[in-house]
Amino acid sequence: MALLTDDQKMLQETTASFLREEGSPAKQLRHWRDTGCTDGYGTALWKQFGELGLTGICIPEEQGGLGLGAVEAALVLEEIGRNLTPSPFLTTAVVGARAIAGTAHAERWFPGILSGETVLALAIEESRRHAPEQTALSAERRGNGFLLNGAKQFVVHGNSADMVLTVARTAGSPGEIEGLTLFAVPKGAVEVDSVTLADSSKAARMNFDNVELDADAVVGEVDGGWTPLSRALNAGRAGAAAELVGVAAGATAMTVDYLKQRKQFGKLIGEFQALQHRAAHLYGEIEIARAAVLKAAELVDSGGDKAELMVAVAKAKAAAVSKLAVQEGVQMHGGIGMTDEHDIGLYMKRDAVLGEVFGDVYYHRRRVAELSGY
Amino acid sequence: MTDLDTFRSETREWLEANCPPEMREPMRSEVDACWGGRNWTFSSEAQRLWLERMVERGWTVPHWPKEYGGAGLSPPEAKVLKEEMARIGARNPLYSFGISMLGPALLKFGSEEQKKRFLPEIARGEIRWCQGYSEPGAGSDLAGLQTKAEDKVDHWLVNGQKVWTSYADKADWIFCLVRTSTESKQGGISFLLFDMATPGVSTRPILLISGNSPFCETFFDDVKVPKDQVVGDVNRGWDVAKYLLGHEREMIAGMGLGGTGGTLGAALKPDDPFLRAEIAAFDVDALAFAAMSERFFEMFKAGEAHPASPSMMKYAGTELNKRRHELIMAAGGSDALEWDSERSKNGKAPRDWLRTKANSIEGGTSEIQLNIVAKHILGLRGA
Repeated sequence: MALLTDDQKMLQETTASFLREEGSPAKQLRHWRDTGCTDGYGTALWKQFGELGLTGICIPEEQGGLGLGAVEAALVLEEIGRNLTPSPFLTTAVVGARAIAGTAHAERWFPGILSGETVLALAIEESRRHAPEQTALSAERRGNGFLLNGAKQFVVHGNSADMVLTVARTAGSPGEIEGLTLFAVPKGAVEVDSVTLADSSKAARMNFDNVELDADAVVGEVDGGWTPLSRALNAGRAGAAAELVGVAAGATAMTVDYLKQRKQFGKLIGEFQALQHRAAHLYGEIEIARAAVLKAAELVDSGGDKAELMVAVAKAKAAAVSKLAVQEGVQMHGGIGMTDEHDIGLYMKRDAVLGEVFGDVYYHRRRVAELSGY
Repeated sequence: MTDLDTFRSETREWLEANCPPEMREPMRSEVDACWGGRNWTFSSEAQRLWLERMVERGWTVPHWPKEYGGAGLSPPEAKVLKEEMARIGARNPLYSFGISMLGPALLKFGSEEQKKRFLPEIARGEIRWCQGYSEPGAGSDLAGLQTKAEDKVDHWLVNGQKVWTSYADKADWIFCLVRTSTESKQGGISFLLFDMATPGVSTRPILLISGNSPFCETFFDDVKVPKDQVVGDVNRGWDVAKYLLGHEREMIAGMGLGGTGGTLGAALKPDDPFLRAEIAAFDVDALAFAAMSERFFEMFKAGEAHPASPSMMKYAGTELNKRRHELIMAAGGSDALEWDSERSKNGKAPRDWLRTKANSIEGGTSEIQLNIVAKHILGLRGA
């Protein structure tokens, strides 16, 4: 199934028109940035995501969601990327919902996600590089619960999240995937240091200093956190890749448009072959990245044995292509591309953050090599 | 069981019973690829038998209508056949420009008579075709071609020269672009078919950097061609030519897929960490391109692909294939430089590497493909 179904095309169109109206760069991103919003996104817009049913995209139908998969999530995320819409969609409706699906926490959090009131985040990183298996933050048994010590960083939307899914080590040593446990950490339980990122989105550094959690904070099995985590990571990586394709496509559409307007030497600059070939190259690369993302999402949905490999391919490819698209975008816009007033630079900043989320291009190239046995 | 499942199990059974074991082995050399034609010498009895059996089923051209030698398979059935052949490693029974290039053009533009006359013999591998497009003065600027065909009332009189004619020295017939009018550049071209054995046709192989000579110079000196061998209307051959080029580009784009299914890194096992990183970057691009290929063919069949998208695929696929061979050479180190030893299979690595350099030239250069994408997809003027 490499073609979209009619339902999928409809979802794509609905999302696109909703976001075009509400989430275009000038309207949402700039508004919340320039008014000093502490969340970095509009809660009213998030509620609208809920009203449209989009927040329940990955939640099973019997629990009130749309019961759709990674392909549909990718379609929504591509539109989000194209419009640079600030929202906790990826961390909440995709990553968070996937992580807690089928666990006791689903009942607690799904209703709020469905109504667009709840925000979830995932805390993995402990250094500047993505390395989930290197988790060192410790969770020791204490009475009926656990005592957590350590620190997390680059927790996207961690400052506004109602619950942060936190990866901790209950056994083994850093580098091992066994012995990890996923905890649902409610708001207020941990000291959160809010950080504004380059794209004006918000993340958190979290300091766990003898944080006590009940045993029922465990998501899934103790020492078996890799299962929900890898489920969430597959969804998150494919999702971030999809959003990157949207960023690339949005930046390129804006750039091609500019090539058709800007005149120099008495000609439209889009008439110069030096720029035409670069734009045409980008077009192809974006198509290829989109195909890789859709293939990865399909495999995630069908549980294919190449899913992990293709997810790594998708994230690496989409990040590289998006990086090229924003660089070419700013360059081809010339001086105006350097101004804050023009939106092309916002794409460059968004790309930088998304490229890093859930592993950068080097991380995923290495994964492709390792998963292929070299 | 759905009809498609039934088709799959019948196909599997038939292939098991009819594909000779030898035809399931990877090809070892060029003669293992069967091109058919009047002068073809089968490299083995198995090769002859495999072609004969596939022809009988109409499976050399599974999606062509039955009356033209095909099997009339639907796209999903054709895909199943392809998958089942791949499952047992069955070789392609017939390599043919007739199938990949001329056939689709004839199906679209040919008269009923031409279809009945030429398509079945293409399907059976009886006539080997070559493509007369490029000329010494008309490469990227293909429509600038000068080979002329004069209307002599009862025949066309063809004079001129073609170049880069793949396997012209081995081909039986040629599909050839000729100038029938000088009034308009693209509007004065006709698409002509003729026998390479016609008096006045001569060929000269060109020795390439790979040491091989797959391409020829082809000369036409007062070649008389029957009037009914023009495909489409006179002076409207450019439409046929472009349509055919789309198919040629798709075929060449397929080179981007490599063919082994696995990653390049898994095949090469690079020991140098810097090379390993480059190969991993390549594998990301190659696997992404494979996903694109799959999607492209589905979109193309469903009519959702942009008509200019074969240009994008051709560009991406050939650039990828060149990179693949650069990396194979790098991983092979000094071993990959041996040109004629048995150990190196007669210099397979370096000869294959050099051959790939033509990929981004033949069928329209990468630069021409980018022009087409810029103009027809992005709508940039003057491209």
